[in-house]
Amino acid sequence: MSNLLDLEKKINSELTTKIKKSEIKHSQIFLEIDKENLIDVTQFIKTHKDMRFRQLIDITVVDYPEQAQRFKIVYLFLSHEFNQRIILSYLINENEVISSLTSIFPSANWMEREVFDMYGVNFKNHPDLRRILTDYGFEGHPLRKDFPLTGHSEVRYSEEDSKVVSEPVKLEQNYRNFDYKSPWEGTKYIKEQTENNDKKN
Amino acid sequence: MTKKIKNLNLNFGPQHPAAHGVLRLILELDGEVVEKADPHIGLLHRGTEKLIENKTYMQAVPYFDRLDYVAPMNQEHAFALAIEKILKIEVPIRAQFIRVIFCEIGRILSHILNVTTQALDVGALTPSLWGFEERETLMTFYERASGSRLHANYFRAGGVHQDLPAGLEDDIGNFCEKFPKVINDLENLLTDNRIFKQRNVDIGIVTKEDALDYSFTGVMIRGSGIPWDLRKSQPYDCYKQLEFKIPVGKNGDCYDRYLCRIEEMKESVSIIKQCLSKIEKGPIKSLDGKISPPPKKDLKQSMEALIHHFKLFTEGYRVPKDEIYTAVEAPKGEFGVYLISDGSNKPYKCKIRAPGFSHLQSMDYLIRGHMLADVPAVLGSLDIVFGEVDR
Repeated sequence: MSNLLDLEKKINSELTTKIKKSEIKHSQIFLEIDKENLIDVTQFIKTHKDMRFRQLIDITVVDYPEQAQRFKIVYLFLSHEFNQRIILSYLINENEVISSLTSIFPSANWMEREVFDMYGVNFKNHPDLRRILTDYGFEGHPLRKDFPLTGHSEVRYSEEDSKVVSEPVKLEQNYRNFDYKSPWEGTKYIKEQTENNDKKN
Repeated sequence: MTKKIKNLNLNFGPQHPAAHGVLRLILELDGEVVEKADPHIGLLHRGTEKLIENKTYMQAVPYFDRLDYVAPMNQEHAFALAIEKILKIEVPIRAQFIRVIFCEIGRILSHILNVTTQALDVGALTPSLWGFEERETLMTFYERASGSRLHANYFRAGGVHQDLPAGLEDDIGNFCEKFPKVINDLENLLTDNRIFKQRNVDIGIVTKEDALDYSFTGVMIRGSGIPWDLRKSQPYDCYKQLEFKIPVGKNGDCYDRYLCRIEEMKESVSIIKQCLSKIEKGPIKSLDGKISPPPKKDLKQSMEALIHHFKLFTEGYRVPKDEIYTAVEAPKGEFGVYLISDGSNKPYKCKIRAPGFSHLQSMDYLIRGHMLADVPAVLGSLDIVFGEVDR
């Protein structure tokens, strides 16, 4: 269906309870679902004659460390036939295992490996879940919000050992993260500093 | 006595001229036939997405130059469009034309590099010598507009950084007159060349179904006969006003993809010509002082300009809370930016969708059953640049 409103209606009427929320923004459909319904919903929008979302463009995760359900998993689909895009998402807890889409879209393989590498989200039924972008023997998940920008270890070539060695990061100057909030919006650090000073005195 | 025969594991790269960068490809060979290919990527991983989360929107632009470093401005374009859509700002028409001209120059840059190095991989040296001369000219255009040959940092949300210098439009026009001859020369060398055809025809065939399943975009999907181009189907900037054709392949092999790239270069030249004939004088960036910095000369006269300048280059502009996916047709395929803003001056999340990533992933499927010597040919026709695959 090439009309976005009709398409949204159609999805909602066919999948009813499986869709938690749907919204049209920037001429794309944003769908929220439950984790359990992922395979059903994907299968439906891929095969249904009015949808034909035949391409999985990307999979990614958004990290909200302060929320109880920390990770939002996002799937981007494209339909060539009707020239539409769907953005499908659901929330999970930190240690939840989610289903892999590799059986429906072979291209999900590396995308899920990247998600696993960058965020530490585990997939079940994935044929080959290894790290992909980070170094061999890397620890941690770099795109999580609690992973520091400078990382934990740095590598250099050591003349003494004649090999590449990995060491904890040493910085001449700490990374400066400026707070751009204006004082009227309430900066936190001034309050904290004064409290600390009070304690010292 | 029977001899036990074991498959041979071959380590291709990461230092190999035909690997087009830092690819480590582990091949399992049965004689000379490839049984399995396992690409190890990430040797050029710089954590672009993490860095962007820690920079203001304006500071994030140069990171996009460093992704696919043979066509830098096409990627800046995707990021600029994403911010523009969230902020709902209008881009002046002159800026749209300038952006399209430079995107098409980027497309030619990328396609020349790909076509000629693919020829180099299968044994032809001359095309790369001829092609690189033209790339040099095109990069001078980049330099004259933005100040640098590769890492342009030229596109901004709301337009481009500065106007084209005097005479550049004419010089680009002259180039467009001469360049088709160079394409013809390249074609004379390659298109009917016996060796080139032997190495590319019927190699690495992708069917329509598989092109969809493996998330192929750009030339990879068009080579397989699916006429899909975001410039036509989801036009951005001024592509709606321009006329151009979408070359489509028939067999989905390496040779068809080569032909598509050659035709696309010709189309790009015609797009640039149309832009040059339609472009008029006018503003080159949004006139909203909260988004685009004031001209330097105003700083001495106007208090308001000074404040805007100071705020923009310290704090940057804030982008309201929103979520968006925008894609452009980069030379290699669909380059997309999935941007989440949280109302502050830095993106909360910026996922970069690089076409090369999904193309390289299909390496195992494409090369299985081919000979070892076909590996560089297939790799060449995938058009891989590691800056964008590894991010």
